[in-house]
Amino acid sequence: MADNEENKKGKASTNEEGVDPTRRRFIKNTGFVIGGVAGGSLLGGLFTSQGSKKDEVKEDDSAKATPTEARMFFERYEDFVVLEQATERILPKDDSGPGAIELGVPYYIDKQMAGTWGINGTDYRQGPFVTKEPTIDQSSLTRGQIMISGIRKMNEESKKRFDVSFDEAEEDQQIEILTAFESSEIKMYGANAGSFFGLLRELTIEGAYSDPLYGGNRDMAGWKMKEFPGAVPSYGDIIEQEEFVKKDPVSLTSYQQKS
Amino acid sequence: MAEELEKVDAVIVGTGWAGGIAAAELTKAGHKVVALERGKAQSREDFIGAKDELKYSIRYHMMQDLSKDTVTTRSSRKDVARPVRNNSRARMGNDTGGASAHWNGVSFRWMPYDFEIYSKTVEKYGKDKIPKNSRIQDWGITYDEIEPYYDKYEKTTGVSAEENPIGPWRSDEYPNPRMKSTPSIDLFKKAGESLGYHPYHLPSGNMSEQYTNPDGETINACVYCAFCEEHGCDFGAKADPIVTVLETANKTGNFEIRNESTVTEVVHDGSKATGLKYIDNLTGKEYIQPADIVVLAGFVFTNNKLLLKSKIGEPYDPETETGVIGRNFTGHFSNISTYIGARGFFNDKKFNLAMGAGSLGATLDDFSGDNIDHSDLDFLHGYEIRYYHLGKRPIANNDVPEGTPAWGKEYKEKNLFYHNRNILVRAKVAFLPNRYTYLDLDPTYKDELGDPLLRVTVEYQEDDIKRAQHGVDTCEEIVKEMGADIIDRVDVDDNAEFDHMFYTNHFIGGAIMGEDPKTSAVNRYSQMWDMENLFVLGGSSFPHVSSHDPTETIGAFAYLSSEGMIDYLKGDGGLLIEPKEKKEA
Repeated sequence: MADNEENKKGKASTNEEGVDPTRRRFIKNTGFVIGGVAGGSLLGGLFTSQGSKKDEVKEDDSAKATPTEARMFFERYEDFVVLEQATERILPKDDSGPGAIELGVPYYIDKQMAGTWGINGTDYRQGPFVTKEPTIDQSSLTRGQIMISGIRKMNEESKKRFDVSFDEAEEDQQIEILTAFESSEIKMYGANAGSFFGLLRELTIEGAYSDPLYGGNRDMAGWKMKEFPGAVPSYGDIIEQEEFVKKDPVSLTSYQQKS
Repeated sequence: MAEELEKVDAVIVGTGWAGGIAAAELTKAGHKVVALERGKAQSREDFIGAKDELKYSIRYHMMQDLSKDTVTTRSSRKDVARPVRNNSRARMGNDTGGASAHWNGVSFRWMPYDFEIYSKTVEKYGKDKIPKNSRIQDWGITYDEIEPYYDKYEKTTGVSAEENPIGPWRSDEYPNPRMKSTPSIDLFKKAGESLGYHPYHLPSGNMSEQYTNPDGETINACVYCAFCEEHGCDFGAKADPIVTVLETANKTGNFEIRNESTVTEVVHDGSKATGLKYIDNLTGKEYIQPADIVVLAGFVFTNNKLLLKSKIGEPYDPETETGVIGRNFTGHFSNISTYIGARGFFNDKKFNLAMGAGSLGATLDDFSGDNIDHSDLDFLHGYEIRYYHLGKRPIANNDVPEGTPAWGKEYKEKNLFYHNRNILVRAKVAFLPNRYTYLDLDPTYKDELGDPLLRVTVEYQEDDIKRAQHGVDTCEEIVKEMGADIIDRVDVDDNAEFDHMFYTNHFIGGAIMGEDPKTSAVNRYSQMWDMENLFVLGGSSFPHVSSHDPTETIGAFAYLSSEGMIDYLKGDGGLLIEPKEKKEA
């Protein structure tokens, strides 16, 4: 047992010093503004679709891009960028730390929608369902279907109100639309808009603060902001202390033993 | 055609505390026992390294697969009940150990008042004090009679606690000292004391020290890692059936757990149960496991559904008030009994709130049961006041002062600032049974086998709301005394209705114990009046939910019941205790 504890501690400290240094260097070197790594693939996508300037996509960057960050669930690129901007408005980058995009939240949501939870795999799915503006959990649509329906409605609403797609709209305009969803002022297909907004908000928070293994909380930056130390083996020796104890966070990658 | 297996002495549904205790006691007495468990096999190894909030706490990995079976719910007899479709509304246990594997470990005794609530109310306040729709009733047993079994449960599970200064009498001390304290727990206790109340540490099923119980099972010392609720313990430091009673039963060589076995029916001849019919989830094959005694030790919904489906006992009808199965359903409902109180935000204090344990905290009983005089109050019973140091995990805990937007810049700023600077003092409120809160079978929705779902109807009464509001007032008073800069009431509206949340797992009743078969399904031994070799254990047998968590009381009654089962198997059959009034023909 003692050996295991030592091992865990050893791994944790390695992690604190230098998990994924290439990513950090990459972020630093590329100036990492809103968009970040997502922006990198976004540019790649754009250039590819325009059929030109392929050589301008730095080979160096694509080699360093995280291979688990590509769209699994969202088939349309235009849906994904709406999702990116919507989550960033919910959890924006500020002085205290990164926002949703930099934390990897959109990719986290993409992965969740592609999995068991996105298809309501362990939910009761027999009818009759509520048909008039159902809450998410009484809808006949899966979470994934509701997500697509809501994101597209968001984009549509932006075009209608401001004559610009949601991802290109000004921050204030995006906030106005999200507020209209939150208050259920907007009617969308498959679910009550306020309930859909609740799903989006919840997923954003999950992506910011779940273990990095799920694709969000990149570099544990969400935990660092929140001063949450993650999978700490024991607080037995410090829980009685009066002072606030600041600890570098530990992810499950370092906590769980590998053979 | 179901294959009939070789007969055993006892067959049990479920492997939580109730089933686990029965299994340990029966097998130690030399009886052959089979437990049928709907979920997968689970051992300590499943929990090692399991500190994953998303998987366990947000996606409910250890909970029941609702695609197979769930309940429907409504807040009035007039409504159409809708199914509970997702675990975010119901944390019902599954797999070996059941809900007892992912519980927090809070280990309370209930009060002498609880067991004789009707008599004590009439004696002190007169019959007129009982609200019109209330159906409080005595349990047919007193605290003094159940006390030895509380003691036994506490020793099996190593409850770590200090004595409740105003608690009921005890025949022995707790087996382990209380858990550690923290600055915020000290602050709560100090505030409570200066207001003249009697705070003490929460009695805990997380171990303050390594402990070996009378059966020889060892539970490790808790390390306060804060991944307790909704998780299995990473360190084997939480009393659960897997590290205690199921292990004890296994060691006898008389015990078998059959996992992935969904029980569909109690097989019986009208007067006696002959066994259980079940389906092997993995093959779809149907079996009958015959036994001398049949024990239902599933969750409250499972027990009631099996009785109704197997046509044992008369179903309760709220209009005519006839029948028993399904009556006196109660529980700790989220918006009236559990997640209410007062939240304090501190600008100059920062606490280590990421740390904690499932049953770390402090509580006080000054408002529980009949500890307050109810002469001038328009409700009976009361509430426990609790400050809980569970460990604040970051997805589930995002509290900001009232008036802050729920997202965006200001939200993020306040959320990050206050994350380790806010605490919730809550009122854990009793809920008393009423005529219109009950269980029956749903007329529309079906489970995966095509059988009706259980339907839950919960109508809050005025006295329930008043009791809860009184609790919120007391929480506010304490948080103020603690010196919070901002205090937000987590309140109960005058018109509050049941919110269809089955989140606390503290759901009670439907097959309740008593002395009169007209108003109870089982006797104190959890033995069915209508079927002497059928024992229905667990929260389903309690006539009401107290202000305190029910687990230890479930454990105590499982010990009492096991004694009854062993006597029954030794003897020539018959009821272990005679009813007070004979059932009308």
